[in-house]
Amino acid sequence: MNRLLYRKLKDRLAFFLILVLALCPTLPLFHILLGVVKQGISSISLEFFIHLPKPPGEEGGGVGNAIVGTLMLALSASLLAVPIGILCGVYLSEYAKGRFGEAVRIAADVLQGTPSIVFGIIAYLWVVKPMGHFSAFSGSVALAIMMLPVIVRSTEEILRMIPETLREASLALGVNYWRTVLKVIIPTGLVGITTGILLSLARIMGETAPLLFTAFGNPFWNFNPMQPVEALPLVVFKYAISPYEEWIRQAWGASLVLTGLVLVLNLSARLLARRMGGHGR
Amino acid sequence: MRAQDADRLFYYLCGGLALGLILLVIGIGLTLLWGSLPSIKAFGFKFLWGKVWDPVNEEFGALPFIVGTLITSFLALIITFPFAISSGIFLAEYAPPRIAGPLSALIELLAGIPSVIYGLWALFYLVPVVRWFEMRLGAPPFGLGLPTASLVLAIMILPYAASITREVLKMVPQELKEAAYGLGATRWEVIRGVCLPYASSGIVAGLVLSLGRALGETMAVTMVIGNRSEMPTSFWDLANTMASVIANEFTEASKDIHLAALIEVGLLLFVITLLVNILARMVIIRLKVK
Amino acid sequence: MAARTVTDPKELAIFEVRDLWAYYNEKPAIRKVSLKIPEKKITAIMGPSGCGKTTFIRCLNRLHELTPGASIKGEILLRDKNILEMDPVLVRRKIGMVFQRPNPFPTMTIYDNVIAGYKLLGVRLKREEADRIVEEALRKAALWDEVKDSLHKRGTYLSGGQQQRLCIARALAVKPEVLLMDEPTSALDPKSTAKIEELIVELKRSVTIVIVTHNIAQAGRVADYTAFFYLGELVEFGPTSEIFTVPKDPRTEEFLKGKFG
Ligand SMILES: Nc1ncnc2c1ncn2[C@@H]1O[C@H](COP(=O)(O)OP(=O)(O)OP(=O)(O)O)[C@@H](O)[C@H]1O
Ligand SMILES: [Mg+2]
Repeated sequence: MNRLLYRKLKDRLAFFLILVLALCPTLPLFHILLGVVKQGISSISLEFFIHLPKPPGEEGGGVGNAIVGTLMLALSASLLAVPIGILCGVYLSEYAKGRFGEAVRIAADVLQGTPSIVFGIIAYLWVVKPMGHFSAFSGSVALAIMMLPVIVRSTEEILRMIPETLREASLALGVNYWRTVLKVIIPTGLVGITTGILLSLARIMGETAPLLFTAFGNPFWNFNPMQPVEALPLVVFKYAISPYEEWIRQAWGASLVLTGLVLVLNLSARLLARRMGGHGR
Repeated sequence: MRAQDADRLFYYLCGGLALGLILLVIGIGLTLLWGSLPSIKAFGFKFLWGKVWDPVNEEFGALPFIVGTLITSFLALIITFPFAISSGIFLAEYAPPRIAGPLSALIELLAGIPSVIYGLWALFYLVPVVRWFEMRLGAPPFGLGLPTASLVLAIMILPYAASITREVLKMVPQELKEAAYGLGATRWEVIRGVCLPYASSGIVAGLVLSLGRALGETMAVTMVIGNRSEMPTSFWDLANTMASVIANEFTEASKDIHLAALIEVGLLLFVITLLVNILARMVIIRLKVK
Repeated sequence: MAARTVTDPKELAIFEVRDLWAYYNEKPAIRKVSLKIPEKKITAIMGPSGCGKTTFIRCLNRLHELTPGASIKGEILLRDKNILEMDPVLVRRKIGMVFQRPNPFPTMTIYDNVIAGYKLLGVRLKREEADRIVEEALRKAALWDEVKDSLHKRGTYLSGGQQQRLCIARALAVKPEVLLMDEPTSALDPKSTAKIEELIVELKRSVTIVIVTHNIAQAGRVADYTAFFYLGELVEFGPTSEIFTVPKDPRTEEFLKGKFG
């Protein structure tokens, strides 16, 4: 009887220990979120969204150029990465059976695991150096490489789940394979593929390291992809380590905008994924 | 054009792009190697254990950064370990699905917060806390440095490690657990005796992957580590990691040899994370075989 | 052994299969099958589970060779032309297929599903022409009245039996000469089954039908001819009434008495 009591006690104890240890780390995580909201909200105004930054010491100004830059970087990185990533995913799910497929998968995993700053160096050596100057384009090359593995693997996984009979239904109509892939298989998996793209966008939107010596930053408006461009994470970094109070305040503001962007992307990816799960293809 | 030719063309297009992915990885490795050649020629293997990093006198040894990276990453892993495992167990075994689902989604959302924001938060909230401790303990009250960097890394990798632990635990077959319950085991005994052993290699793989993340994490670390390019002599020292020194000095490197040395640090980082990821993969493959 | 082929000399054969072998990873699943399939008739393929029925009809539209490791040997003449030497895509335009489980394209509306054979190929249809094809195919598939008001809803909202008729409409819309059906009713309830059987009989006026079925009664109800397969070989082929009343091979007899699965 005593023994049973002891075991039950241990069971309780383990539960409480696990509960405490499990809940502890949520504190800093929530604190970060709350901190960003609390500190950032004071900066948020229309001016903050549409104006250029002011020189240090002056009040006001905004991060309009950084918002434009971040969107520009995300868009051009997607233009590079999405078609390539989807077709690689198609290759892996539709064709790759043997060693070569395995090698491609490993390559994607390596890209996934490589620190983002390395892609910054690469884009610097591949694009910035030959061009002779920093540019939004070089930044989007670095970001595109980071998007690739996420898109490739999620596309592969989604397409693998599409029932074989759908493929055969199309082929049996005399539709050739590439049309079957583009018009039946990819559309059927589109929700899942979109989820992957959104997740990969969320991953790169907040990246700073690969932009430090590619997009570089730019205190003015720039819509030319061949010129340096500002980005929200770069602003956060620069302002955060600056000695000016006004800038630090704006760093929090930019953080709030950036966090909002990333969370919205993540959330929509999640909602999409749930919708797909619900419909039960 | 015959239909078959079009199909073949499409096949070659997809296959070519897939091949491109492999070439991309090889190209990255070769480019880094090529970019660091001047430094490799000048310093050879001494680069790895040289303790002096002095851009002015063009002497470059990466040991301080290697040490800084290893200390912060492993420390972060050790700090995170109990919390991550507990969170994983809690979410997989204790929390009712109605709570577990949203909670893990929330944690994963928080894991998506950009690292530069973790850095900002650490700079303004964590640094004062660490400084307070340092004053109590009689250490130099920088607030910045190795301990702060390790802490922020620990916080950053936690959601990741926790969600992998949870996923691996979810894969434990229900029959196994029921068999143990059927023998009269308590919930903790089932977790301890059935779930954790079954999931152990998956959990290890998850931890290794988390380590890989910590090794390459750049921004948050750069913002709180103090950026001092000397060998750390104490736990409370300011330091630099491989990633943070690149972030700090790359745009300022005016001499070619300095740039090459930084690229070589990047090459080292690439190789180390590659090895760590291969290690994790091997653990996972072993897991699948089992 | 040489397969016995019994065909009524009055009928014109649309398909002539000669010494067909089909393999999965070098393992034969169809062994030296020869038979002639009469035009504008319904031919049932029967036999115990795993005897190669599915494999056989998948050879007839060259879907078989898409299975990894699968290969094929012999001749399949469609109106005297060997389809194994033709472009498979063209073969499949002429020979439609309906699968065991209804498989409408989930991303497409009912309307688009019916003209999928055009849309997917990038064939541009005029609005009226597309409307006409859709209506005609749906009428042929006896589905028109049920869906004419919801043509622009997704095909996946239909019931199983309706989905299967939609798939039949989809196959008919490209005006194939032959329609292959692999146990088209095995996933359906008796009522939907009856409806599809009715439809199949109706269809033979315009198209040759080859139907795989497990259901002896079904073959008896719809098929003009029946082929009996056993372990990859064609055991017996002839008019359904003959096969059912005076089977020549003991294995056929046993099967009809329900001795195999
Ligand atoms: N993809 C495949 N790979 C390897 N062998 C296969 C494959 N498909 C079928 N086979 C084998 O080929 C033989 C014939 O299979 P087939 O599917 O044609 O039989 P079936 O008569 O249609 O059976 P059922 O009545 O169960 O549908 C079987 O022995 C089966 O195991
Ligand atoms: Mg079958």
